[in-house]
Amino acid sequence: MRKALMAGLLAALLGAGPALAQDPVKIGVLVTLSGPGAVLGQQVRNGVELALKNRDGKVGGRPAELVVVDDELKPDVAAARAKRLVESDKVDFVIGPIFSNVLGAIFRPVTQGGAVLISPNAGSSVFAGKQCSPDFFVTSYENTQIHAVLGEYAQRAGYKRAFLLAPNYQAGKDAVAGFKSRFKGEILAEDYVPLTTVDFQADLARIADAKPDVIFTFMPGGLGVALVKQFHQSGLAEHIPFLSAFTVDESTLPAEQDAALGLYGAMTWAPNMDNAANRTFVSGYLAAYHAMPGSYAMQGYDALQLIDGALAKTAGSTADKAKLHAALHDADFASPRGKFRFNTNGYPIQDFYLVKAAKRPDGLYETEIVEKIFSDWADEYAASCPLK
Amino acid sequence: MSVGLLLVQTLNGLELGVLLFLIAAGLTLVFGVMDVVNLAHGVQYMLGAYLAVAFAAATGSFWLAVPLAAAASLLLGAVLERLVFRRLVGADHLDQVLATFGLILLAEEGVKLVWGPAPRSLAIPDLLAGTVPLFGGLRYAVYRLAVLGAGLLVAGLLALLIERTRAGMRLRAGASNAAMLSALGVDVGRLFALVLAAGAMLAGFAGAVAAPIVSVDPGMGGPVLILAFVVIVLGGAGSVRGSFLAALLVGLTDTLGRSLLDAALAGALPPAAARTAGPALASMLIYLLMAAVLAFRPGGLLPARGRA
Repeated sequence: MRKALMAGLLAALLGAGPALAQDPVKIGVLVTLSGPGAVLGQQVRNGVELALKNRDGKVGGRPAELVVVDDELKPDVAAARAKRLVESDKVDFVIGPIFSNVLGAIFRPVTQGGAVLISPNAGSSVFAGKQCSPDFFVTSYENTQIHAVLGEYAQRAGYKRAFLLAPNYQAGKDAVAGFKSRFKGEILAEDYVPLTTVDFQADLARIADAKPDVIFTFMPGGLGVALVKQFHQSGLAEHIPFLSAFTVDESTLPAEQDAALGLYGAMTWAPNMDNAANRTFVSGYLAAYHAMPGSYAMQGYDALQLIDGALAKTAGSTADKAKLHAALHDADFASPRGKFRFNTNGYPIQDFYLVKAAKRPDGLYETEIVEKIFSDWADEYAASCPLK
Repeated sequence: MSVGLLLVQTLNGLELGVLLFLIAAGLTLVFGVMDVVNLAHGVQYMLGAYLAVAFAAATGSFWLAVPLAAAASLLLGAVLERLVFRRLVGADHLDQVLATFGLILLAEEGVKLVWGPAPRSLAIPDLLAGTVPLFGGLRYAVYRLAVLGAGLLVAGLLALLIERTRAGMRLRAGASNAAMLSALGVDVGRLFALVLAAGAMLAGFAGAVAAPIVSVDPGMGGPVLILAFVVIVLGGAGSVRGSFLAALLVGLTDTLGRSLLDAALAGALPPAAARTAGPALASMLIYLLMAAVLAFRPGGLLPARGRA
């Protein structure tokens, strides 16, 4: 009783009404910060922190508090930590994760726990269609779109014979399916290698023997670094165009360096895009972290910009869920990629580009825009999402 | 498949085998002579690669970086022997697994603290850059040939050391019966320290040599460690000759299997089934090989004398 009285008194003294609006907005950041995937998680965290710093630590006029958590790339660990973020830390938003298998594990604990989940990278088709949720937004893309962009480019460029190379697991097969959804030429081989591959020499010999017009590959992280270096060393890079997804980007370029120059990728953005928002982002990131930002950092940056834009519309309040959803959906913010809006399923409608690895005058490596492949492109799953 | 491609793939298999031998040679000595299961051998390989990258950055020369990395690995092995492995000799295998697994965690996190989680790389020196033409218009990277040469050279030196010197004789004796060797007045503790440091140096050298080819990242030791264990079990624990033979077999099986299976299955199965079965079977091949060999020769191909 006395405690309650005291608390009441304190609240009265501090002025409970206005003080509530100044309570910090709590934002969980649940990304992979250990193991080989840590590079990507760090980029997202950096992007989120940079966007918050640019706003003097405030979103929608309220101070923001970040709770950064490592998911260890383990779905069970991630689910438990997501629960803790929502139940004990009482966060209003969770920004995460990096990988789709983790997304599957944290999706329900977060969205059903009363928080809004904003994915800065993972965009599995599962949550784009029938299972879409008003509490889920994606600042990246639907996963298969990137592969389809490369398939579309190969088709438009008139390549007739393609050699496909991917790791032997679900994401590798999805990548090949995504490429084939747009490329109608002859597939010389679908070469699936173990995820533990360290030496691609046998596969490169097959490629040299098959003499394809074009190579499509999806080799994330260290696999990609090894493949790119060995592809370059084999001398094939001079003769065969190399289209790749998540193989040549700012997370792997520091290790691939000159071996990656001229190799192609696909993305919704590149650091050399010429607009004011992007210049602010890239120069701010370079100054703060002394490294080139990749799409992961850009998408983390946008996730925080999205929260800021939405809370500006609700005057900082997260209380009315319906209003919050509408505010997030229509949030105003200047994405470094330029045009950006959400579809009914919470996934973006945006432009997709062919990009190419290049060396900057300052000696750093980056991807650069080559040409636009799709304009205002929405994923094909949105049609089956019941949200309006 | 053309004859040219078959020959190139054979060369690829031999090259992978030689690289595996460099890694497995140290492991088989430690396991065979000291009876210590050293899971940390993979991180010694990883550290060798990182050290080579660091020394190359500091000295600006690949040719200095590799021997410096090997020397630093030797030193590191000696320190680890003092601090950790000395206590593990004669301990239960489970204790050894736990302790060396702990070393893996420490080393991987330590490397991440010092160099960050992003992959690193080491440039190929100009002398070994480029490719040479081989059969049928196919080309082969000069650096790969150099790795093959370096591996064969190390194998030759090890064979000389083990078969022709007094230290080698003791080593062979230790692999057969360490208790008897000790009873004959040989300081087995010092022999073990030497073996461990040499094993670490071989792993570090392998890491340094592999650094320009692979992705230098904290997790790079994992897949390699598994292959190295397959090699030493297949070859016979403690037997360096056995490891050499087994490493070449594993390299050839893996490389040729991956390309031949696809071609073979494409003729025998419908395309969709062949696409699923091919990679699955190919990644199992070396384990099937190991199972088949162990069924007939439980001690491995060329077990150390007195251990079969």
